[in-house]
Amino acid sequence: MRKILKNEGVQSLLTSLICIIVGMFVGYLVLLLIEPTGAFEAIMSVAKNFLGYSRTNMQLKHLGTTLAKTAPLIMCSLSILFSYKVGLFNIGAAGQYVMGACACLYGALGFGWGWLPCLLFAAFAGAAFGVITGALKAYCNVNEVISGIMLNWIGLYFTNMVLTNVKDASSAYTYALKAKGKDAILPTLGLEEFFSRNKYVGIAIPLAIIFAILVWVVLNKTKFGYELKATGYNKNAAKYCGMAEKRNIIVSLAISGALAGLAGAFLYQTDIEQWKVTISSVPTMGFNGIAAAFLGGLNPIGAIFSSFFIQHITEGGTHVDLTIYCSQISELISALIIYLCGFVGFLKMLINTSLAKSEEKHAKKKAEKGGDK
Amino acid sequence: MVLLVQYTILFACILMLVALGGCFSEHSGVINLGLEGIMVMGAMGGALMMRYLPDGTSAFVVVAATILAALLIGMLYSALLAVAAIHFKADQTLVGTAMNILGTAAATVIVKSINTINNPDDHSSIVQYIEEKKAFIVNIGGFEFNWLMLLAVFVLVVSFVVLYKTKFGLRLMACGEHPQAADSVGINVYKMRWAGVLISGALGGLGGIMYITAGVSEWKFEYGVAGFGFLSLAVMIFGKWKPQNIALAALLFGFFRALSNVYAGFDFLVELNIPGGLYNMLPYIVSLVVLAFTSKRSSAPKAEGIPYDKGAR
Repeated sequence: MRKILKNEGVQSLLTSLICIIVGMFVGYLVLLLIEPTGAFEAIMSVAKNFLGYSRTNMQLKHLGTTLAKTAPLIMCSLSILFSYKVGLFNIGAAGQYVMGACACLYGALGFGWGWLPCLLFAAFAGAAFGVITGALKAYCNVNEVISGIMLNWIGLYFTNMVLTNVKDASSAYTYALKAKGKDAILPTLGLEEFFSRNKYVGIAIPLAIIFAILVWVVLNKTKFGYELKATGYNKNAAKYCGMAEKRNIIVSLAISGALAGLAGAFLYQTDIEQWKVTISSVPTMGFNGIAAAFLGGLNPIGAIFSSFFIQHITEGGTHVDLTIYCSQISELISALIIYLCGFVGFLKMLINTSLAKSEEKHAKKKAEKGGDK
Repeated sequence: MVLLVQYTILFACILMLVALGGCFSEHSGVINLGLEGIMVMGAMGGALMMRYLPDGTSAFVVVAATILAALLIGMLYSALLAVAAIHFKADQTLVGTAMNILGTAAATVIVKSINTINNPDDHSSIVQYIEEKKAFIVNIGGFEFNWLMLLAVFVLVVSFVVLYKTKFGLRLMACGEHPQAADSVGINVYKMRWAGVLISGALGGLGGIMYITAGVSEWKFEYGVAGFGFLSLAVMIFGKWKPQNIALAALLFGFFRALSNVYAGFDFLVELNIPGGLYNMLPYIVSLVVLAFTSKRSSAPKAEGIPYDKGAR
């Protein structure tokens, strides 16, 4: 038992589960405060999401929708955790995601490109925004959180401006890809058949998982990843050891930005949603990426599962009885979970100190027994 | 032109209030990235107070009660940051970010539920305060003077005096520079940091209510406060964590923010034919450029963002 608890991965899993349970519980309390009757059903429909449907094919269809939206979230959380490992808090992922959406939609609708060039263009746009943040951090010492936030808003207004050119004058939404940019829709690889003809399920999901594995390999198994992490732990020590710490900061934010840019493409190139050019707040996807990254214990593989969970409850929020409650309850729960993730360090310390104490006791007992003989 | 001046002063006051809040928190050693969320919560407190005050309440009581509600809710909400950052050594960037998302989500859920309970068909997150808002405004020859402007100037003066001329302020700043040294001469670092965070919560809440009463008479809480909390942080950094500089920085940022609101009233600006989106971007672009030039030699409190550990050397 003690051995299992000592394992870093087990501790992460345990603390994440605690965050989820406490977050859901507080969400339930909020629902109770709004209207006691029906609160339990409401929190259950958040937790159940697609499982709330009785027929298997409907379950599969809605599972498909959840998965289609999970893929971009995985990319966002990879973006956040990659830069976090390098000691940078890339809150600008939200803006890089927006830029990715802008690039792929304009590539598809404005230039009439196919899906692959659109994907690459999105990655490039996200990376460009990442480089701005990185260069400001490396050369001008601008805090990456502040510049990231500023770029989020700049990106949002820029996207609204650019995408106004690829929409119908009477609508606030950009053209649907299936009408004006068929080539840019991501291939489904036959996955749609499995998910009851849910045409939004496609290559994005396996690609996101491959990227998660890639990020894990780069961070843990390559010299490049080691250098990036070393820069994150101690910039000055890294510089002393002959690593180009400025270059490392910029490169890691560029990669982080490219991942977030791809996230935008993974959502909008499935055609599941169109961009609304009148929105005045940065989409929550990038911020949910923070929740997913920390909930996954800052591990790329963990991020796959935590992203699915966050998307699962976000979708679940739309299933609550909207005449009494509102769907933002799931946003509230994921925000609570992020907040609780702040306590993870403390929880781990608690586990470790209690482990050390019980070990000491154990050792003492052993010593006493030895003494009796 | 009057409109431009009015909005510049209005936005400058909001930015200054919130930036001063951030200034207190950071001088005590806690980075408050949650100002955005605090503003939303404070705004919600004030807006709901305005809605539920009975008709015919005197203007003075409306103003006082609204301000009080915004202050209290802001402080209460900032306690979330204080608990996590001071006692549980949480990552302050993470907690601040969570508070921003939580602020908007919570305000939306609360306002929506209240609206739905009052009228089952109403699923919006809008609070209206057309009549009550008039209590805040005195019209002087086309210039709409807001009592909150006076309050903001008052807060500026008080902040300056408190930070530099009182025992409390100097002790607070010591906790942000070298908490171990402060502790060794008998200053309770935890208490001081609590004070810093709570003051920032109060001022953030005040900025929030001022923001949603600027120009409009209703607010949709799903929108949050459009990055104003973060603009205020930029103002604070540009102002080098000093109240007098913060006031000047706020005026500059306020001007660019006001421009995006009223550029349509200037013929020569309209003739330039710049898309409206660009004016919206302007305050953020300006803040990036300004930060790029002013961050090199940081004058931030030395110990900010580092949880205080009594046992550390």
